[in-house]
Amino acid sequence: MQYLWRTPGSRIAPEEASPIGPPPLEIRGLTVAYHRRPVLWNIDYAAPPGGLIAVVGPNGAGKSTLIKACLGLVPRVSGTVEVFGRPIAKQRRLIGYVPQRESVDWDFPVSALDVVAMGRYGKIGWFRPVTRAHKEAALHALERVGMADFARRQIGQLSGGQQQRVFLARALAQEAQLYFMDEPFAGVDAATERAVLQVLRDLDAAGRTVICVHHDLQTVSDYFDHALLLNTRVVAQGPVSRVMTPDLLSRTYGGRPMPAPAAAEAS
Amino acid sequence: MIDPMFEEALRVLTFQSGFNSAVVVAGTAALGLAGGTVGTFLLLRRRALVSDALSHATLPGIAVAFLVGAALGLPERSLPLLLAGAVVSGVVGLLTVQALSRFTRLTEDSAIGAVLSVFFGLGVVLLSVIQNLELGGQAGLKTFILGQTAAMAQGEAIAIGLLAAGAALAVALLFKELRVLAFDPGFAAVQGWPVGALDLVLMGLATLVTVIGLQTVGLILVVALLIIPPAAARFWTDRLPALTVAAAVIGALSGWLGATLSALLPKLPAGAVIVLVAGGFFLLSFLFAPARGLLAAALRQGRLRLTFAERRALTDLLDGQPVEGSVALWLRLRGFTRGNSVLTPAGQTAARAAARDRRLWERFLADYPALLPAHANWGVDPIDSVLPGDMVRLLEERSASS
Repeated sequence: MQYLWRTPGSRIAPEEASPIGPPPLEIRGLTVAYHRRPVLWNIDYAAPPGGLIAVVGPNGAGKSTLIKACLGLVPRVSGTVEVFGRPIAKQRRLIGYVPQRESVDWDFPVSALDVVAMGRYGKIGWFRPVTRAHKEAALHALERVGMADFARRQIGQLSGGQQQRVFLARALAQEAQLYFMDEPFAGVDAATERAVLQVLRDLDAAGRTVICVHHDLQTVSDYFDHALLLNTRVVAQGPVSRVMTPDLLSRTYGGRPMPAPAAAEAS
Repeated sequence: MIDPMFEEALRVLTFQSGFNSAVVVAGTAALGLAGGTVGTFLLLRRRALVSDALSHATLPGIAVAFLVGAALGLPERSLPLLLAGAVVSGVVGLLTVQALSRFTRLTEDSAIGAVLSVFFGLGVVLLSVIQNLELGGQAGLKTFILGQTAAMAQGEAIAIGLLAAGAALAVALLFKELRVLAFDPGFAAVQGWPVGALDLVLMGLATLVTVIGLQTVGLILVVALLIIPPAAARFWTDRLPALTVAAAVIGALSGWLGATLSALLPKLPAGAVIVLVAGGFFLLSFLFAPARGLLAAALRQGRLRLTFAERRALTDLLDGQPVEGSVALWLRLRGFTRGNSVLTPAGQTAARAAARDRRLWERFLADYPALLPAHANWGVDPIDSVLPGDMVRLLEERSASS
C-alpha cells in the first residue's frame, strides 16, 4: 500500500510499483449482460498504479458499463473487482467518480458549491450537516477547475462545459486515490477541455490513478499514458505507444480501417 | 349573515373557537407541513405519482381491516386497526408497482395506472359488500375516501400532529442524504450511501403522511398534500433548504386555512377544501412568484424587447435613419425625441451611449468569444456594468484603432 501515500510529484513506473502492493484496480472474469445479451464478456484487467488510463472503444462497446460495473452500479453476471486488493465496498473512501453529465437533472435546486460539497458527504457521515470547513474544501475544489466565481450559481444556469467542471470539482472534493470518469471531455468548450486536462495532469503528478472513458481517438496519445481498448471484451491494453496502433484500433472498431493518430500525424 | 360568519372564521383561524376545533386545525396544519417537507424530496426524486398509487391502494386494506374488526367482535370501528390495514395494502400496492416496472416491459407510469385503479376498484367492491352487511359503524368508512376533519377526535388530531412533526424531523435529519439521493443516486451509491434503504425511508415517510392524512383529506386527494406545496414552492426559490421550508409553510397554511374553512362549511368534504386552498397557493405562485412566475417572466421578456427596440431606434436616429411606429411614440414619451423624430439633448446622450455599447460589445464578441459564458447578461446591460473597467478601456482602445 506504500504508493498510496507517495508525495506529490514522485512518479513510479508500473513495473517498479507492481511488487510493492496490489494494483489500484483489478478486474477478473467480469461479465455483464442486459437480459441475456452480454455487454461485457470475460474482462480481465489490472490497472497500473499512478497514471492516466483511457478506456477506448466504439459506441456500444460497454465503456460506460465497465465503469458502472466496477463501481457496483450495474449488476455483474460474474467476476470480481478489487480496488487496492480489497472488494470495492470496503474501499469507497478511496474512489472518486465523475458520471456522464446527462445522468442528472440540471434544473435541480442546488448551487455549484452544493454539488461540489456532495463530494465531502462520505467524509461527513450520517445525519451531520455540511460544516464550514467542508464548504471551504468544496470551494477550493471549484477554484482548481476555474469555477470559484460561479459557486453560488444555480447549476441550471451554467453552460455545459461549466457543469462538467462542477462534476470534476465534486470528484476532486472526494480526495480519492482512484478516479473513474465517464467521458469528461464529451461536448465541452476549449476552456473546459484545458481545465479538465490540467486536473488530470495534477492528479497524475500526485500519484493518483485515473480511469477515463474517452471517445476522441486523436487525443488519446496526448492526454493519457495507458489505454484499454474495449469492444465487449478487452482487445488490447498497455502504454498508449504500444496499443494505439492502426491494427489494434481497427480490430477494436470492428475490423474497419481506422484513421489512427499515428497515421494522421504521418500524413 | 356575513358578519357572524366572518367572526366565526376569525375565531377558528386564531384557535379561539373551542379546544376541539383548535386541535383539529393545528393537527391538519401539521399534516400539511409534513406533506410539504416529505413531498419536496418525493418530487425531486420523481416519486410523486408512486405515492398516488400508494394512497389509492390503501382502500382495500381499510375495508379488510374493518371486516377483521367485525369478525373479532370489536364493538365499534377501531382507527388503529383500520390504519394498519391501510398501511399493509398501501405497501402491497407500492411493491406491485415496483415489481411491474422492474420485471416487465411496462413503464412505471402504466404500472402506476394499473395498480391504482385495480386496488381502488377492489376497495370500492369491498365497501359495497360491507354496506350490505348488517354491521355497525360502516357509515364512517366513506370518510376515508374524501376526508372529513369533523370526524377527527381530539386524541387523533394530537397523534396526527406528533407523527407529522416526526416525519418533518426525519427529513431534517436526513437532509444531506436525501439531497444527494435525489440529485445523483449513482454518485450516492459510489460514495457508499445505501440508496435502496434511503429510497425505502423516503417512501416510508410518504406512506406515513398518506396514512395520517387519510381521515382528514381522504385517500383520493391526499397525494395533493405531497405534490402541490413543493410544486408551488419551486416557483419561489432555487435553493433546496429554502424550497423545503417554503413547501412546509405552504402545506401548513393550506392545512390551517382549509381545516378552518371546512369547519365553517361542514357540508363540503374537508379534503377537497384543503386541496383547493393548496391549489390557490399554487396558482398565486405560478402567476406572481418574482423569479420564476408567469408574470415576472412576461415582464422580463417585455422589458428586454423594449430595451433592444429603444437602443436600435436611438442608434438609427443617430445615423439619420427614420424611426416609425410604437417605438417612435415610446422615444417621445421618454423625452428622447420631439416633433418629427428629432433627438433631444437627453436623446443625443442616450443614443451615443447606446452606439458606444454596441461598438464595444461587438469588439468584445470578436476578440474574446471564450469569455462570453462567464457574463450572463452580455450585450443586454450597459457594458460598464458587466465588464471590469480595464477590460472596457482595452476594448475602447482597440475599437478606436481599428
